[in-house]
Amino acid sequence: MSDPHAITREINRSHMQVSDEVAIQITNMNKWYGQFHVLRDINMTVNRGERIVICGPSGSGKSTLIRCINRLEEHQAGQIVVDGTELTSDLKNIDKVRSEVGMVFQHFNLFPHLTILENCTLAPIWVRKIPRKEAEETAMHYLSKVKIPEQAHKYPGQLSGGQQQRVAIARSLCMKPRIMLFDEPTSALDPEMIKEVLDTMIELAEEGMTMLCVTHEMGFAQAVANRVIFMDQGQIVEQNEPKEFFNNPQSDRTKLFLSQILGH
Amino acid sequence: MTKATFVRKEMLPPQEAPASQRGAIKWARENLFSSPLNAILTILGLLTVVLLVKGALPWLLNGVWEAGSLMECREIIAARHGEGATGACWAMVRERWHQYLFGFYPQPLFWRPTLAFALMFVALAPVLYLGNRTVNTIMAGVVTVLTVLALIGISVAFPQAIAGADAGVAALLAVVIVLGALTAVAWLAPRKLMILTLLYPAIGFYLLWGGSIWGPIGALAGFAILALVYSLTKGQLGVVVGTGAGVVAAMVWWLAVQSHITGALHSLLPFSITHVDSDEFGGFLLAFVIGVTAIAASLPMGILLALGRRSDMPLIKALSVGFIEFIRGVPLITMLFTASLLLQYFLPPRTNFDLILRVIILVTFFSAAYIAEVVRGGLAALPRGQYEAADALGLDYWQAQRLIIMPQALKISIPGIVSSFIGLFKDTTLVALVGLHDPLQGVTKVVRAAIEWKGIYWEPYIFVGLIFFACCFSMSRYSMYLERKLKRDHR
Ligand SMILES: Nc1ncnc2c1ncn2[C@@H]1O[C@H](COP(=O)(O)OP(=O)(O)O)[C@@H](O)[C@H]1O
Ligand SMILES: [Mg+2]
Repeated sequence: MSDPHAITREINRSHMQVSDEVAIQITNMNKWYGQFHVLRDINMTVNRGERIVICGPSGSGKSTLIRCINRLEEHQAGQIVVDGTELTSDLKNIDKVRSEVGMVFQHFNLFPHLTILENCTLAPIWVRKIPRKEAEETAMHYLSKVKIPEQAHKYPGQLSGGQQQRVAIARSLCMKPRIMLFDEPTSALDPEMIKEVLDTMIELAEEGMTMLCVTHEMGFAQAVANRVIFMDQGQIVEQNEPKEFFNNPQSDRTKLFLSQILGH
Repeated sequence: MTKATFVRKEMLPPQEAPASQRGAIKWARENLFSSPLNAILTILGLLTVVLLVKGALPWLLNGVWEAGSLMECREIIAARHGEGATGACWAMVRERWHQYLFGFYPQPLFWRPTLAFALMFVALAPVLYLGNRTVNTIMAGVVTVLTVLALIGISVAFPQAIAGADAGVAALLAVVIVLGALTAVAWLAPRKLMILTLLYPAIGFYLLWGGSIWGPIGALAGFAILALVYSLTKGQLGVVVGTGAGVVAAMVWWLAVQSHITGALHSLLPFSITHVDSDEFGGFLLAFVIGVTAIAASLPMGILLALGRRSDMPLIKALSVGFIEFIRGVPLITMLFTASLLLQYFLPPRTNFDLILRVIILVTFFSAAYIAEVVRGGLAALPRGQYEAADALGLDYWQAQRLIIMPQALKISIPGIVSSFIGLFKDTTLVALVGLHDPLQGVTKVVRAAIEWKGIYWEPYIFVGLIFFACCFSMSRYSMYLERKLKRDHR
């Protein structure tokens, strides 16, 4: 496989146990943008500790799907239950789910008017009502974990793309989420920065975090995912464990997609 | 290998460019005479400047500062520079400056508006300079010194103003002590200065209008009621309805209840300073009261309108759009005329609503509509990702607005907001049309009505214009300072 970011490191799988407990349950979920049917009959169960990679052609609805999980988008039919809380228009439920679910965006979306440290402490202080000092300690802990504690007092504009994305991951982790969503976290990055972000994500996986990750980094998928989901035209076309998925794709659309992105 | 016989150790000093490529000549060539058309325009421009200066300079230079009347001015000029010479009669400014500054405010009380003006800077410093302790202290110190000098100047010009009464000397001392103490506070406990900022509206209005101390306390109590009702109802009714309930409760208090209670309190504990009627306000005192109050009130109101205009709630959105478009579609003068009457209809009968207060409310509405559009531009410039990140972290709407969206949107909007404020400040001269003594028209008319200054034309406009220019130019410079500071901080 010709993946430029092939994962070379040894993965520590000691924590990567999948439990029977359900983290996310999506049943018959549908979503429209006006007349346009973006998501069709999505059914999906994610167990705690599972690491899922979602791939598919551009415009297939991958972002929309994971944005429905923390209600950045509203679904119109079906059911989404996150950690036992069903997402309805009830604001209390939405707030509860959002504080459990962390999200990392393609374009980082750091707050440019705040320092790195302030970016990381803002939500813990205002949403979780944690004292500033404690929030700062937690933030420094996670900034060390993503290996940029020394940048804490700079502004996002002074950091490289890879560093910004790692800050974005740390910012989410500071809320101590039980589930992490990633929407193409490496596709806005220069090639030499992709690895540092993937390494951070692998470490997270090793600690047993439940992860849903939209990405085209197939090396990452093979190394850490326990399931790969292929989407096309708003539907889940195929899902399988990574080895089977890559070596033995079932549908023609999957085969076509794989051949395009792997450059065969 | 070749053997080097000479290696230069230092760089040669750079030589100066030839004369044609250097300094003024080069600059003129490049900027003024780069093409025939440019050369012609340069020469025409120079000619215009020369003609203007030739016309105006003698008039300015022949100016007379000491005279009792316009006639006397003209005689002095004729005597000094020959028959037919023209000259400015600055003596008018010397005789009447206090009217341009204070209108018909009672002379023995000039210290009150002066102190109010001084306190305004001390109160604004923590906001304007983002809590920079050194700048705040310097500001308070400079204001203290200038205020003392100004009060000494006033008492020299109007001996009855301060030296006349014992209370006057006491007042001067009190001013020095208060301002000195505030300077110390600015240095020792910078955050405490914000208390002054919050109380300043009440303090300022009390100093200006005077009367019973219970008046401003009653007005402040209205805000306390607003906050109380809001915090009690927010839980059940939500932020918007809670605020609405608070505003209604405060309105009921201000319009129906307050006067009874403060009246009773006053008869129990009478403490008051001389009351000054709104009719006696005028000049730059009036311009500042209207301008500063409207500026301070229209910024939050404009922000709320901008948010309302982008709201998902149809009623709020419709109200905001309606308000903004209505106000922007009607000239300020029309509003000053008709709405100052209309407000009277809407209020309970027999509430005598002060004319200055009415004008302030209208000017605030007017400015808020423009601010709302400027802020909306700033909001539109923010990428969606900022809202999404705030949502994804679990911040609620108002937290996201206050902590993430507004700091960035307002930063983008600074030039537009300050332009609006400068326009508003100059528009305060329009209040002449509803019979208030603004510095430009109102006071000048009064001055011209005096027999000594009948027929004076340019001097008042130049004097008033210069003061307006100084104020507006400072605002403009401040906005540039703020932009630079925020840019440096954030990148
Ligand atoms: N706010 C929106 N309004 C209308 N259509 C949208 C909106 N957001 C996305 N879409 C459309 O929905 C489809 C799925 O988008 P998206 O989930 O972003 O795809 P992906 O992330 O897989 O590339 C695309 O065709 C896109 O044009
Ligand atoms: Mg996408």
